[in-house]
Amino acid sequence: MKITREEVQHVAKLARLDLSEDDVDRMTGQLDSILSYVAKLDELDTQGVPVTTHTQNVVNAFREDEVRPSLDRDRSLQNGPDQNGEAFVVPRVIS
Amino acid sequence: MELSALTVHEALDLLDSGETTSVALTEAVLNRIDQVEPKVQAYLALDREGALRQAEEADSQRKNGQGGSLCGVPLAIKDVLCTTTMPTTCGSRMLENFVAPYDATTVLKLNDAGSVLLGKLAMDEFAMGSTSENCAFSTPHNPWKLGYVAGGSSGGSAAAVAADECFATLGSDTGGSIRQPASLCGTVGMKPTYGRVSRYGLVAFASSLDQVGPLTKDVRDCALMMNAISGHDPLDSTSIKVDVPDFTASLTDGLGGVKVGIPQEYFGQGLDPEVEKSVREGITMLQEAGAEIVEVNLPHTDYCVAVYYLIAPAEASSNLARFDGVRYGFRDKEADSLIEMYNRSRSQGFGEEVKRRILIGTYALSSGYYDAFYKKASQVRTLIKDDFAKAFAQCDLMVSPVCPTPSWKMGEKADDPLAMYLSDILTLSANLAGIPGMSVPCGFSSNGLPIGMQLQATHFNEEVLLKAAYNLEQRAGVVGKKPVIA
Repeated sequence: MKITREEVQHVAKLARLDLSEDDVDRMTGQLDSILSYVAKLDELDTQGVPVTTHTQNVVNAFREDEVRPSLDRDRSLQNGPDQNGEAFVVPRVIS
Repeated sequence: MELSALTVHEALDLLDSGETTSVALTEAVLNRIDQVEPKVQAYLALDREGALRQAEEADSQRKNGQGGSLCGVPLAIKDVLCTTTMPTTCGSRMLENFVAPYDATTVLKLNDAGSVLLGKLAMDEFAMGSTSENCAFSTPHNPWKLGYVAGGSSGGSAAAVAADECFATLGSDTGGSIRQPASLCGTVGMKPTYGRVSRYGLVAFASSLDQVGPLTKDVRDCALMMNAISGHDPLDSTSIKVDVPDFTASLTDGLGGVKVGIPQEYFGQGLDPEVEKSVREGITMLQEAGAEIVEVNLPHTDYCVAVYYLIAPAEASSNLARFDGVRYGFRDKEADSLIEMYNRSRSQGFGEEVKRRILIGTYALSSGYYDAFYKKASQVRTLIKDDFAKAFAQCDLMVSPVCPTPSWKMGEKADDPLAMYLSDILTLSANLAGIPGMSVPCGFSSNGLPIGMQLQATHFNEEVLLKAAYNLEQRAGVVGKKPVIA
C-alpha cells in the first residue's frame, strides 16, 4: 500500500476536509492506485536536474508604487456569506 | 442557412455589408438555444435581456461607424471567467451564488471588441475533469451523439459552439481542457502560449498551467478571437510583454518550407485505430500542402500523466485553500467554531473530484513527501520541457492526435479516476512545457464522432499553428459539417 487510511485522514485534516468512514475507504483505494501509478517517476534518475515551477523566465513583475483606487468595501463584502456592512463575520475564535 | 449556423467571420461580413443586424443574429442564436438546449445542456446561465440590449448598442455603434473587431457578434464563455453581470459558479456548489466584483480581463476585452455576451457555459467543477460530468449543475451532451460526453473541462463551450448555440466561446486549458473537448465535439480550439492571454479573473486551478483560449467553428474565427484576447496585462504578473501579431495574416495557402514533426511516442499503445487513421490522413494533407514531414521523439511522454497529476493537484490544493466560507462561497451556518466552519463548508461545497485532487495535492506537498512527489515531478517537468526543445530543433510544429479515442458514453469512466486521467496523456505536456497547442477537426469515426488533430509549436508561435490548421481545414472537408441534434 502506498497510502494508509490513517494517512488519508491526516491529509484530510490538513486540507480542512471532513471525510466519512465510507469516504476514507473509497479515497484510500483511489489515492493508492493514483500514487502507485505516479511512483513510475522513481524509474528516472533526476539527481542534479533543476526543478521547473514556471515555464517563462519572469522574475518579479513590479509596478510603480502609486496610490490608486481598489475594490470598495461594499463590493468587497458583497459575496460574504455573513457580513455586517463593515466586516466579514466569523464564529468566535478566542473564547 | 440559419443565421446561427454562421461562423464569426461570416456574421461580421453580413454585419459589415448591412445585410443583417446584431439584434437579428442574437435573436437567431436565442431561438437556436430554445430549440436544442434542452438536449445539449451547455448553458449554466443565459442573459437574454442583457444580450439583446448589448446587440442594440452594437447596432447603433455600427450605424455611427464605430465598434470593435467583434462588434455585434454573440458569444458565450466558460463559467470559469469572472463576470459582474451574471454569476460565476465554476461548476461548483461552492460558488453557486457568487457574482464577481470585477470582470476578467478577457471578458473586458471581448466587451471592448463589441461582442454580445449571451451567457456562461457548463464545465467540470473548478475545471477538474475530462468529461464535464463533474459539473454540479448540468452535464453537457456531445451534439454529435447525445448521451456521449462533450469532453472536459470546457465541455459546455465545445458543445455550445458545435450546436450553434453561440458563434464562438472562450474556455480554459490546464491539461487539455480546451483541446480535448474541441476534438470530441469537432470544433477548433486553441490553448495559447502560457502568458499570451491574461489570467486575471480566471478562477485559478493550477496557476503555472492555466491558460484562457478560444473554441470556434473554424480556424479564421480562432485567429479573430486570438486577436481580441491576446496581450500583456499588468493585472496578471505572469502575462508576458510580447508583441501580438494579426493572427489572421497567418491564414495563407501552402506550407512550403514548413517542417512538421511527428512525435513517435504519441502514436503508441492505446490509440484508437480510427483516430490514428484519421490523423495520419491529416498528416498526408499537410504534406500535400507542401510541408516536409519528419519523425521526432519526446522520450519522457510516458511520464507526463504522473508529473501532471502531482503538480496540478499540488497547485490546486494551494489555490483552493481560499475557499474558507468567510469572504465568498458556501458556508455551513450551523458550525460554532471557526475550524468546524472551515471543515463543514469545504466538505459540503466541494464535489468528489475536487476533494480527491485537494487530497493528492496536500499529500504531495506535505512534510516528508514533498521531495519524493512534488519536487520529483517538478524535476521531471524539466526533462519534458527539454524534450520539446530538442524536438523543436528539428521541426516548426508537431502534430498528433488530441485524445486517444473519440467521445465515449457518459458514465463510462466516471468510477475510475486513473483511467480518466490517462485519457489526457496527449495534451498534458503542452501545459507542462508552457507551449501553445491547438485542436483542429480532421475527420470522423465510423459511428459519426469527430476526431481532432493536435498541433503544437514553440512559445509564442501560435501563427505557425494557425497556418497549418488553416491548410488542414482547406483539405479535410470537415468544416461546415453540422451535427443533427436528436
